[in-house]
Amino acid sequence: MAKVFIYPATSLILSDLVSRYGHTPLSSAVAVRERIQTAGLESPPLQITPEEPKKGLRWAAVEVPAGVRGRMALYGPQIEAAEAAIIINDADLSFGCMGCARTNELVKYLLRQKDIPKLDLYYPKSEEEGVRFVAAIKRFLDGLGGKQ
Amino acid sequence: MTQPVRIAQLSCGAEYSGIQHEIDTAAAEVGGEIFFPDIALKDIRRDFDLFGLDVRSPDLKLNIARAKALVEGRVEADAVFIATCFRCAEAAIVRNELRRYITENSRLPVVSYSFTERTTAGTLLTRMEALTTIARRRALLAREVQQGITLGVDSGSATTKAIVMKDNKIIGTGWQPTTEVLKSANEVIARALAEAGLTRDDIQAVGTTGYGRFLVGKEIRADLIQEELTVNSKGAVYLADRQHGPATVIDIGGMDNKAISVMDGIPGTFTMGGICAGASGRFLDMTSKRLGVDITELGPLAMKGMGANVPMNSYCIVFGTQSLVNALAAGSRPEDVAAAACHSVAEQVFEQQLQEVDIKEPVIMVGGTSLIEGLVYAMGQLLHVNVVVPPHSQYIGAVGSALLASGFIQER
Repeated sequence: MAKVFIYPATSLILSDLVSRYGHTPLSSAVAVRERIQTAGLESPPLQITPEEPKKGLRWAAVEVPAGVRGRMALYGPQIEAAEAAIIINDADLSFGCMGCARTNELVKYLLRQKDIPKLDLYYPKSEEEGVRFVAAIKRFLDGLGGKQ
Repeated sequence: MTQPVRIAQLSCGAEYSGIQHEIDTAAAEVGGEIFFPDIALKDIRRDFDLFGLDVRSPDLKLNIARAKALVEGRVEADAVFIATCFRCAEAAIVRNELRRYITENSRLPVVSYSFTERTTAGTLLTRMEALTTIARRRALLAREVQQGITLGVDSGSATTKAIVMKDNKIIGTGWQPTTEVLKSANEVIARALAEAGLTRDDIQAVGTTGYGRFLVGKEIRADLIQEELTVNSKGAVYLADRQHGPATVIDIGGMDNKAISVMDGIPGTFTMGGICAGASGRFLDMTSKRLGVDITELGPLAMKGMGANVPMNSYCIVFGTQSLVNALAAGSRPEDVAAAACHSVAEQVFEQQLQEVDIKEPVIMVGGTSLIEGLVYAMGQLLHVNVVVPPHSQYIGAVGSALLASGFIQER
């Protein structure tokens, strides 16, 4: 069983797939809903205080916006703990979404720098691509071991 | 019970910066209620494409869709608060364009702000108060003529001012540097009343504004206690006799600066603040002290000098002062140093604040610093306009308060 960081971290579909194949998803426990009534698309799952952006200094310098550092206080430790990662590029908003493009760049970069098994995919645009997409994720997760 | 003013928040990063609670608190303190316009995912895709600003951050796309929903009336609000992370270029572009889009296409008052994790409710309070005032007191802000006998007090961070008005004329003035807030207020009031030949009992209504407005307002039982953004706008167009149509009001204060885009005397968008005291009247005060001249002499002195002869950037008041000392030690003429200091302050207000409001003529400069003609000249050069400085411009907040307070005479 591996700890798999998923990007977008809010994707319930990815999180579910990782769990089904016997691994532990590292993600944010929020889903993007059809109607957005919160401040952002992926409002934080817990109370963020001004301390979090300071904790985020471990991953991003002080001149990086506070919103990026606050997010890194959540995702930074998960990235460090990750034993594998699945990155879905250009995902549809409904699939899962992280609100800040700068954080997204940093998160993906830090994952790509880690010497762990990684699956870097583009979000499917057709049914055929969708089938290949799920199969690729399944193969990747199977390859990590763990029980189904 | 009065209905809260519904303030639509369009933001990126406020929650992850840990300051959402501060925004909510500031709004609640002035009778406002923050809400996030309800939007469907499909609306985000459609509105973002229609708007045409191709940003990458999904939360900024969400803000674009929310702005369109507000402008098109799909979501109702009384005011809009746009806030994004400080130092995010992508967000700054969106913040600026949405502010412009909403102002040009609706009557909603807008304030935009870039925050850090250190932003507090206190910092946001005056801005939120201005938003709720504009939404709630449009009828009061529409007042163009002062009636009866009224008193206006502006308890500022650097100076305290009082004005007595009667039948649309200024008949008494009082001014002094702020020391103890209440003592300073009482002294300027006494001076203004003495000049007017009246007593406190003759006054029919009182208004206060400025940093000490709540304390002074409570002490002198003011009918109107109102933040300086709306009051100064009103005072500026009243004194400059430009009550109709667009105007831009610039107030370089002792502690912070205000740039306000006004339509018919009511603020549409405004910014308040400044990175450092180096961009405020304080720096000019320090400059005059270092040059050994009275602050009233700094303006005429600057007009005789060439600012370009002295390298100066008062981005920070400490480094600005260092530039000042270095220039004088290197043999620069005092008039050149005075001109450079004026240019430096004007340039920073121009670069940091005037980019966030639409400059429309007339540009009216008010507050004590508007009497420093070197500063007014430098601002005019930067904006390529003739800056208007109305009579009694240093009393702007007190005049605005006295004018608006007369709306309370009938109520009494």
